Amino acid sequence: MSPKVPQPVFLQRTSYRQRRLRDAAKLVPFLGIVLLAIPMAWTSGDADEKIGSSGLIYVFGVWVVLIVLTAILSGLMRADPSLSAKDTTE
Amino acid sequence: MTSFNALIVVALGYVVFLFGIAFFVERRAANGHSNWLTSPWIYTLSLSIYCTAWTFYGAVGYAARSGLEFVTIYLGPTLVMVGWWWILRRLVRIGRAQRITSIADLVSSRFGKSTQLGMIVTVISVIAGTPYIALQLQSVTLSFAVFAQSEGVSWDQPDFVVTAMWVAVGLAVFTVIFGTRNLDVNERHHGVVIAIAVEAVVKLLALVAVGVFVVWGIAGGPGEMLNRIDQSEIVLWNQDSGRWVSLIFLSGAAFLCLPRMFQVLVVENADERHLHIASWAFPLYLFMMSLFVVPIAVIGLDLLPAGSNPDLFVLTVPLSEGRDGLAVLSFLGGFSSATSMVIVATIALATMVSNHIVMPVWLSLRPNQQAVMSGDVRHVILLARRLSVAGILTLGFLYYRMSGGGTALAAIGLISFTGAVQILPAMIGGLFWRGATGVGAAAGLITGLIIWMWTLFLPSFGVDAVISQAVLEEGLYGLSWLRPQALFGITGLDPLVHGILWSMLLNTAMFVLCSLLTFPAPLERLQGAQFVNIFEHSTAAPAWSGAATGAEDLLIMAQRIMGSKEAQALFAQEAERQGKIGYLPEVTPDFIEQLERVLSGSVGAATAHAMIGQLIGGSSVSVEDLIAVADEAAQILEYSNRLEAKSQEQERTARALRAANDKLTALSIQKDAFLSQISHELRTPMTSIRSFSDILREGEMSEEEQDRYASIIHDEAVRLTRLLDDLLDLSVLENGQVELREQEGRLADLLDRAVRAAGTHDGVLDVKRDPACEQIVLSTDLDRLTQVFINLISNARKYCDADQPELHIQVSEDNKGYLVDFIDNGSGIDLEDQELIFEKFSRVADGSKAGGAGLGLAICREVMHRLGGDVTYVPRREGAVFRVRLPLVTAAAALEET
Repeated sequence: MSPKVPQPVFLQRTSYRQRRLRDAAKLVPFLGIVLLAIPMAWTSGDADEKIGSSGLIYVFGVWVVLIVLTAILSGLMRADPSLSAKDTTE
Repeated sequence: MTSFNALIVVALGYVVFLFGIAFFVERRAANGHSNWLTSPWIYTLSLSIYCTAWTFYGAVGYAARSGLEFVTIYLGPTLVMVGWWWILRRLVRIGRAQRITSIADLVSSRFGKSTQLGMIVTVISVIAGTPYIALQLQSVTLSFAVFAQSEGVSWDQPDFVVTAMWVAVGLAVFTVIFGTRNLDVNERHHGVVIAIAVEAVVKLLALVAVGVFVVWGIAGGPGEMLNRIDQSEIVLWNQDSGRWVSLIFLSGAAFLCLPRMFQVLVVENADERHLHIASWAFPLYLFMMSLFVVPIAVIGLDLLPAGSNPDLFVLTVPLSEGRDGLAVLSFLGGFSSATSMVIVATIALATMVSNHIVMPVWLSLRPNQQAVMSGDVRHVILLARRLSVAGILTLGFLYYRMSGGGTALAAIGLISFTGAVQILPAMIGGLFWRGATGVGAAAGLITGLIIWMWTLFLPSFGVDAVISQAVLEEGLYGLSWLRPQALFGITGLDPLVHGILWSMLLNTAMFVLCSLLTFPAPLERLQGAQFVNIFEHSTAAPAWSGAATGAEDLLIMAQRIMGSKEAQALFAQEAERQGKIGYLPEVTPDFIEQLERVLSGSVGAATAHAMIGQLIGGSSVSVEDLIAVADEAAQILEYSNRLEAKSQEQERTARALRAANDKLTALSIQKDAFLSQISHELRTPMTSIRSFSDILREGEMSEEEQDRYASIIHDEAVRLTRLLDDLLDLSVLENGQVELREQEGRLADLLDRAVRAAGTHDGVLDVKRDPACEQIVLSTDLDRLTQVFINLISNARKYCDADQPELHIQVSEDNKGYLVDFIDNGSGIDLEDQELIFEKFSRVADGSKAGGAGLGLAICREVMHRLGGDVTYVPRREGAVFRVRLPLVTAAAALEET
C-alpha cells in the first residue's frame, strides 16, 4: 500500500470543472431512470390515442437527450488531456 | 423476383467477403498494422453484437405484439453505457489489470481465482446461451425460407433442419479459423472484430434502409407516418409497468453479464478511453436500430395479410412491394446479426468452457508437474477450445431441433437474458464490496440458477414437455408454494417478472447472507482489495516468492502455452531488462507475476495460477499485498507508528538536551572551582611576599631577620613560579601543543636520575629497586618520562606516612607491555579519593604539608597519555601503588634488545 497522497482541499479552476463534469456524467443515468419511469404513470385508460405516436416521440426524445448529454460531457472530459493521465481518484 | 439460388450465391459471396476481410486484417495485425483496429469506432461497432437477429427481425414482431415495450431491451444498455463512469470504467480497468479473459474468469479471479466459481458461471452461461444460439439459427433459416416461399417453394421441416445445420457448420468453421487460431495474449481477435464491425454497419444500413423506404416510400413522410401509427390497431402502451421496469433492468444487467457482451466490452477493449466515445455512440447505434421498428411494424400490419408472421416484416414488407434489392440487403442484415452474435458468443463460451472446465479437469487428472511439463498444453487448449466451439454450436443446433423451431423459441430471448443475469449480484458485489466471499457468490449463483430453471427455463419448453401441467398448477409434490409461476403463493405476476423478481431477490439474498457469514481465504481477500480498490492500486495481484524453480522449467511451460517464439521473446526481453545475456532471466517474484498474467491471458487466471503453482510449489503473498488487504488497519497503524516515532524522537532530543545542560552546569561549576582554586593558590604566596616585603621596607631589623624574610620571599616567589610553570605545562599538554623529543635510553638510568632529582638523598625515603629488571631500552621522550617518575617518587616522599618510609620500584611485563609500579608502605589513598587524585588541584592530604598546587598527578597522566602509555592508581590493602604503563613502542624496542 502506498501511503495516501493528501488531496488538496482547493483545486485549480480547471480541475474543479473536471470534477463537476464527472459528477454530471455520473448523474446522467439517474436522469435517464427518472425520465424513463414517467411512462409508468401513463394510463391506457379510455382514450387509446392519447398514448399513440406522442408516447413514441417522448421515449425517443428522452433517448436523444441522454445521447446528446453524454456526448457533450464525454467530449468535454476527453478534451482535457490531464484527465486521461490522472483520473485515478474521484 | 430474386431467385433462391441467387440469394444463396449472395449469401455465400457475403461470407467469402467476411472471411477475406478477417483474413486480411489478421495478416495486417500480425505485421503490426493494427492501429486503426483499436479505434473507438471499431470498439463501438463491435458492441453492436448486442443487436442479434432477435433484434433485427424480432423487434418488429415484438413491437407489433406489445407496442413500445420492445425499446426496454435497448434502453437498459443505453443507461449502462450512459452511466459508464459507474460500472463499465471499473470493469474495463479490472479487465486490463487482471488480464480477464471472460466473465467466468472475472468472477473466479475476484473470489480468489476459484476454479469452482469459474465452473458455475460457465455452466450458467452455457445453459443460458444455448437457446439464444438456437434462436439465431432459427432466424437465419426462416429468412431463407421466406425467399424460398416467395419463389413458390414451400419448406418442410427437414429443409429447415438441413439449412440450420449448414449454417451451424459454416459458423463453426469461421469461429474456429478466426476465433481459436492462436492463444492470443489478451484474447483479442482482430479478424473477428473487424468482421463484426463490418456486419454491424451492414445490419444498421439494412434496417435504416428498410425504415426509410417504409417512412418515405410507403407512408409518405414522418408526419404521415405518425398519423398512421395513431390510426393503427397497434397498442403502443399497455399498463403493465412492472414489465417496463423489469425489462429495462433485465436488459441493462444482461448487457453486462452476457458472455458475448463481456467479451466485446471488456476483453476486446484495447483502450479505456474508447469508453468516452462508445458511451454515447453505442446508445446512438441502438437508437438508430430502434427508430424505424414501430413504423415497419405498423406498415407491415397494414399491408400484409392478417396472420403473417410479424417477426419477418423486415423481409416481407420490401418483398411484397417488389423491392427485391432491399429485401436482399435486409436479408444480409439479418444474416449479419445472427452470425456475428453466434461467432462472438461461441468464442466467449468456448474460452470459458476450455479455461474453466476442460483445463482444470485436465490438470487435476495429471498431478504435479507432469501437467505443465509433459505434453503440449498449447495444443490441448486450442483443441479444447475448438471442440468447445463445435460442441456449443451442436448444442444450439440440437436445441433448435428439439424445440422444433416453433414460437416457443421466440420467447426464449428474455428467458435467456434472465439466466445470464444471475451472474450480476456476484459480479457487482465483487466489484464494490470487499466483504463479498466466494462461498457467498457460489451460493447466490446456484440459488439463482435453480430458481431461474424452475420458474422460467423449464416451463419455457412448453406445458408437459419437462414440467407437467399438474406441477405447473399444483406445485411440486402438490406443494402449492412451489408452483413454478407462483412461488411462495404470489400469483398474478407476469411469469417473466415473477421469475426475474424471485431469482434476483433470492440470489442476492443468499450472496449477501453467505458472504456475511463466511470468512474469505487470504488470496480471496487480496483479490477483493485489488478489485474494489482498482483505482488506488492498479498493479495487480498475487506475489510469488521463494522461486524454487528454474527459469528453464518456466520457459518450457510457457512455450507449451504461448508457443515457443512468443515465450522465448518474453523471456529474452525480461533477461535483457535484468541486464543478463541469454534467454533465461532471473526468476524474480515480479517476473513470475508477469508470466502468470501473460499466461492467464491465454488460459484464464485460475488455470494460470494453478499451473505456476505446480511449478513454484505454493503461493505466497507479499507483505505489500497483505498491507493492501489490511488497508485501513495499516493506515491507522502507520499513523500511530509515525506519531510514536515522533514522540520517541522528541524524548531522545529532550534527553540529549538535559544531558548537555547537566554537562554545561558541571563545566561551569568546575570552571568556577578552578578559578577560585587558582586565585587561592596564587594569592597565598603573593600575600606572604607582600607582607614580608612590607616588613623589609620598614627597616629597623637585624641583619639576620632581614636575611630570613628575604629568603621567605624568595621561596614564595619560587613556589609561585613553579605553580605558573605547572599551569603552563598542563595547558600545553591539554591543548596537545607539546612537542615530544624522542630519544633512546635505559629505564635504569631514567630511574636513577629520577630518584636523585626527587631529593631522596636526605634519607627520609628508602628506595628499593631491582636493577636486573630495569635493563630495558626505551625510545620515547625521556625527559617527560623522567618528569613523571620524579613526580611519583617525590609524592611518595611527601605523603608516605609510615615510620620508616619505603618505596619499592618494580618493573614487570604483561601481554600489553612493560609496567613500572611505585609501591610505598604508607596507608594508601581512601577509596573515595582514588577517583580524584588525577584531577587538577586535588590534594588528598593537607595542602600545607604538600607544598604543591595539586597539579602533579594531572600533569603525569597528561604526559603518559601523550607518550601513548598511562598512569593509574592500583588499590591495594596497604600502601599506595602507582602503576606506569610504558608506551608500547618502547616495549617492542626492548624485546629486540633482550
